Amino acid sequence: MSDNENKVPLMRIKNLYKIFGKNEKKVLEQVKAGKSKEQILEETGHTVGLSNINLDIYPGEIFVIMGLSGSGKSTLIRHFNRLIEPTAGEIEIAGSDVMKLDEKELQGFRRNKMSMVFQRFGLLPHRTVLQNIGYGLQVQGIAKDVREDKATEWLNTVGLNGYANQYPAQLSGGQQQRVGLARALCTDADILLMDEAFSALDPLIRSEMQDQLIELQDKLHKTIVFITHDLDEALRIGDKIAILRDGILVQQGEPVDILLNPVDDYVEAFVKDVNRARALTVETVMQPQICRISSETIGEAVLQMRKSKQDYGYVVNDDGYRGLITQETLENVEKGEYDNVIDASLLEDVPSVQSDALLESVIPDMIDNEHPLPVLNAEGEVEGHLCRTTLAEVLSDQPSVDNDVKK
Amino acid sequence: MSDKSWLSEIPQLDRHQLLDIRKTLDGAYRSFSREYGDNIEAFFDPLLSFLIWFEKLLLNSPWWLVIAALAIFAYLASRSWKLTLGVVVAFFMIGFLGMWENTMRTMSIITVSTLLAIILGVPIGVAMARSNRVQSIVTPILDIMQTMPAFVYLIPVVMLLGIGKIPGVIAVIIYAIPPVIRLTNLGIRLVDKEVLEAATAYGANSMQRLFGVQIPLAMPNIMAGINQTIMMALSMVVIASMIGVKGLGQPVLKSITNQYFTLGLLNGLAIVAIAIIFDRLSQSYAKRTLQNFGGNE
Repeated sequence: MSDNENKVPLMRIKNLYKIFGKNEKKVLEQVKAGKSKEQILEETGHTVGLSNINLDIYPGEIFVIMGLSGSGKSTLIRHFNRLIEPTAGEIEIAGSDVMKLDEKELQGFRRNKMSMVFQRFGLLPHRTVLQNIGYGLQVQGIAKDVREDKATEWLNTVGLNGYANQYPAQLSGGQQQRVGLARALCTDADILLMDEAFSALDPLIRSEMQDQLIELQDKLHKTIVFITHDLDEALRIGDKIAILRDGILVQQGEPVDILLNPVDDYVEAFVKDVNRARALTVETVMQPQICRISSETIGEAVLQMRKSKQDYGYVVNDDGYRGLITQETLENVEKGEYDNVIDASLLEDVPSVQSDALLESVIPDMIDNEHPLPVLNAEGEVEGHLCRTTLAEVLSDQPSVDNDVKK
Repeated sequence: MSDKSWLSEIPQLDRHQLLDIRKTLDGAYRSFSREYGDNIEAFFDPLLSFLIWFEKLLLNSPWWLVIAALAIFAYLASRSWKLTLGVVVAFFMIGFLGMWENTMRTMSIITVSTLLAIILGVPIGVAMARSNRVQSIVTPILDIMQTMPAFVYLIPVVMLLGIGKIPGVIAVIIYAIPPVIRLTNLGIRLVDKEVLEAATAYGANSMQRLFGVQIPLAMPNIMAGINQTIMMALSMVVIASMIGVKGLGQPVLKSITNQYFTLGLLNGLAIVAIAIIFDRLSQSYAKRTLQNFGGNE
C-alpha cells in the first residue's frame, strides 16, 4: 500500500528468532551464523521455529501470514501477545515494547490491546454463548449487566440472535467460530489476531465467514493479523501477505505481487493452483499504453491515431468513454469530411470494464469482442486496455509473460 | 560375613544387627510419639469435636428426619425419583434390620473423611498438574499409599494417636485420597490447550485460569476421582474398625471372629447399599453438571 509510507506501523517485529529446545541462547548463535534448520536439528537437537523475522503491520490493514503446516506461522502469531516467548528479537506494538512488559502489564496489554480467534474456537464449553462472548470483559472485571449488554450487541452483529443461552457444543462449527469472533470483537481491542480462524470450517461456511469478516472490517477498521495455509483465502481477504517457510519469511507484499512475481519455487508452487481469474483485478493486468482520442473532429482524430502508432483508439469526451474507432474506419472517411464531428456511426460499440473488476467477470465481454476492452477507473476515465492475449497469458500461467505484464 | 558362602547365599545382616536397627527405629519413633503425641493430638482436637458433633447429629435426629434429609439430598443431586425412592427404601430396611446406629456412625466418618480427602486432594492434584517436579515427587508417594497394606501404616498412627476416631479418619484418608489426587492432576493436564490459551490471550491471570477454565473443564475427571475416593473410603470401614472406629465394620469384625454368617452378611450388605447410593448420587450429579460439555458423554 503506497499510502503507508508516511504512516507509522502499528506492529513492528524486528529480528525475531525462536528456537525450541533446552539451550536456545547457545543455539541462537549458530543460527545467526547461518547454519540451516536441518543442520541445527541434527547437531543440537533444537528446532528452529522462527528465524530473523521482520514485519511491519500498519493500522487498519488485514495482514495475512501464510505458510504450510510446520512453517511457524502459528508460532509467529503467538509472539504478538507473548503466548510464546521469543529467543531473541524485538516486538513493538502500538508504541510499547512488548518484551519489556512484566506479568501484570502483559495481562493489561492482552486485555485491552488485542484479542484472538482460534482455529478450534477455544470456547469455554461450560459457559453459554453469551458468557463466552463476554469472557474478555469478565476477565477485566466489568460488571455483569454491562458485559451482557455488550455481548448481546456483538451476538446480534455476527448473526447469532437467539443463541445467547445455548452452549457451544449445541452449535455448528461455523456458529461456534462466530461466537469466537464476537468474543474477540467484544473487548474493543484494536488488533485482532486470527490463527487459522476459518481453516476448520467447511468451504461454504468458510467463504461465508470471509465475507462477514470483510464486511465487519469495512465498518470497524481493525488491524487484523490473519494466519492461513490457504492462498485463495489469503488473496481474498488480505491487504498484504507474508509467506513463511520453515520459519523464514520468504516474501511479503501485496497479493498481486505475490501472485505475479513469486520470488522462488516455493512461492510459485503455492501460487500455481490459485484461480487467478478470481484473485486478480483488471487493473493489475491491463496495459496502460493506449490511444485516447479526445478530439471533436475526424481530422484531429486521424492525427492522434498516427501519433500513437496504433490501429484503433478509444473515443472519449467530457462525459467519458464513447466507443472504439479503428484506423480502417478513419482511413475510409473522405478527406473532405475531416472537419466533421466524430459521429456515433463511425464508432464500434465495444463495452468497457471497470478497473476493480475481477478478471473472471470480464471474460464473457472479452470473448464477444475482437478488440481490446477499455478499462475505466472509478471516475469513468479510460485508464488502459485489456486484450485477449494478455488475459489468456495471465490465466494460463506463464511466468515470463506475467513479468512483462507487470512492467 | 567373613565366610565365603556369599556366592550361594545372599549376604545378610545377622540377627543382632537387624534387632539393633529395629530397636533404634522403634525407640526413636516411640520417643517421638511420647514427646509430641500430645501436641499432635491437640492439633486434631477440632477435627475430633467436629466428628463427634456430626455423629451425634445423625444419631440424635429422629430416623424419619434423617431419611427425609437424605431423600431431599438425593433428589437435589440426581433429579431422579427412582434413585430417591431407592435411598428411602434402603435406609428404611437398614433401620428395620437393626443396623441404624452403626450405619449413622459409618456415614458420619465416611462423610468427614471424604470431605477432608477432597479438601486436601484437589489442591495437591492442582499443584501436581502445575509442576512436573511436584508430580514426580507425589506420584511415588501415592503409589506407596495405594499398595502399602493398610495395617502397616495403622501401626505408627495408632502409636502416635492411640485408637479411636482420629486415627480411623487418618487411615481412611491415606487409603482413599490417591484417586482424587491422581484424577485432579490428570483432569487438569488434559484441559484443552487451546481453551487455556484463549483465556491467557484475553488476559486472564493464573487464578482466573484455574477457577474459570482448568477446574471446571477438569470436573469430569475430578468427579470420577471423588467417586472412587468415596468407594475406597467405604471399603476401609472394616479395617478401620480394628482400631476402634465404631460403625458397620465392628459387627463384621465380630462375625469373622465368631463365625456369625448372617450378621456379617447383613452388615456387609448395608455397606454395599451405602456404597451404591453414594456412587449413583455422585455420578448422576457429575453427569448433570456436565451435560453441557457435549462430546464428553
